[in-house]
Amino acid sequence: MSRTDALRPAGAPRERDVTAVNVPVVANADGSEAVNAADDVEELELDLLLTGIARRWGYDFRGYSPASLRRRVRRAMHVEGVRSLSALQERVLHRPEALQRFISALSVNVTGMFRDPQVYRTLRRQVLPMLRTYPFVRIWHAGCSTGEEVYSMAILLHEEGLLERCRIYATDISDDLLQRARRGVFPLRDMQEHTAAYHRAGGKGDFSTYYIADHQSAILRDELRRHLVFSQHNLVSDSSFNEFQLILCRNVLIYFSEALRERVHRLFYDSLVNFGILALGIRESMRFTPYADRYEALVESLGLYRRVR
Amino acid sequence: MSAQARLEAPAVEGGAPTTPARQRPRADYDLVVIGASLGGVAALRHLLAQLPAEFPAALAIVQHRRPDADSPLQQLLGAVSLLPVREPRDRERLEPGVVYLAPAGYHLLVEAGWLSLSVEGPVSWARPSIDVLFESAADAYRRRLVAVLLTGSSEDGAAGVAAVARRGGLTVVEDPASAHSPVSPAAALARTKVRHVLPLQEIGGLLSGMVKIGAGP
Repeated sequence: MSRTDALRPAGAPRERDVTAVNVPVVANADGSEAVNAADDVEELELDLLLTGIARRWGYDFRGYSPASLRRRVRRAMHVEGVRSLSALQERVLHRPEALQRFISALSVNVTGMFRDPQVYRTLRRQVLPMLRTYPFVRIWHAGCSTGEEVYSMAILLHEEGLLERCRIYATDISDDLLQRARRGVFPLRDMQEHTAAYHRAGGKGDFSTYYIADHQSAILRDELRRHLVFSQHNLVSDSSFNEFQLILCRNVLIYFSEALRERVHRLFYDSLVNFGILALGIRESMRFTPYADRYEALVESLGLYRRVR
Repeated sequence: MSAQARLEAPAVEGGAPTTPARQRPRADYDLVVIGASLGGVAALRHLLAQLPAEFPAALAIVQHRRPDADSPLQQLLGAVSLLPVREPRDRERLEPGVVYLAPAGYHLLVEAGWLSLSVEGPVSWARPSIDVLFESAADAYRRRLVAVLLTGSSEDGAAGVAAVARRGGLTVVEDPASAHSPVSPAAALARTKVRHVLPLQEIGGLLSGMVKIGAGP
């Protein structure tokens, strides 16, 4: 297949290089050339917007994978009720609250308690016994979104009698999402689904003992929260802040381009103790990264790896 | 200046007044994207069975499916296809002659030469969504793309077909008259001038004939 190399450096024109190089450009009757020109202007506007945000606020989204980034920026326009990228730029550069909304729109916060239950089942059976060998355990959940999976981990540790000597550092780029995560209050209507996932994940107890329900919400119990630290951290620009026995970063790197993903893998590698565990999303693989040879698969099909050198 | 003019001259001579250069069928598609929902499993099995083992383009498929990962769709399609059928991990490189099936619960997106996955919210109530696949593929592959929309009961896919057409890709829609469920094909046709509207039986043949080996470097 004739394909240009997968990725251009962040900030370079996004699509020109992708257009089939061996196809002569012929103006056609349906006016698609004009449309393409308009699309190219949109690409330029997108670059300007992202560069502007990076320089004004220090949030750099230029390393995100283009295809889904485009979709989500369109969603941000929808949220702001603006019709052009320039109008969006105008807002986001001037108003901090618009920036926060932009960041929320760009973060994909699909999560759930015990999401992918087989992962938690495996963590319980294979990873927690390893953690038990440490007197004190530090866990980093990078990209924790609204926190459901962080609390799931806390429940798991609690049931295995490990929570008391653990600290979970849960980070996200979005302050809004972190605030919600910190509260630990989730819609009551989701609890049935969470309970089912808890049992599929090998949960032994009565899930309803972990929260207090009022008419609309489930408020997670304080003892689960005691060992959690929520804080803002930007994988794009921030550095390592501790050394961990377990790092979870599930379905976050799938939105990053090659260069950025490499950076984050370096960060994780540097932040893991030797024989520490890295949990990626179940459809993410270490195979496509330069750090592949530093890890061995714990369970490849679940995206679970162990640092071995 | 004059050198440049001389270089340009033959191209103008060959291409402009009549269209002799266009009589040779163009055979330069790198990727075929296929979308289907209700009735799609049978339709996809029919279509894939018609493709030869040496099919030279990559194929990416979204079939609407439930979010649990343990469905046998990959095996159902793999059993009838001469081409390997894979559910890709994030970041897999596109290889010619391989069928990539969107995994349950994930959007499948096409980048230039590789695939990415996303768990952002459902689009048209679907994840994987046909629109997401088609629109991303249209952005990345433009004219080197063929999009095929098969039977389906939702409007997912209609916007995707429009995006592919807009970017100069080739559009194929199953004839609603004979489709198992005509809603999706009809929605696409209502929205976009589609190049080929064909009964399912003829789509495999069209693809095999169109995507030929030896098309350019």
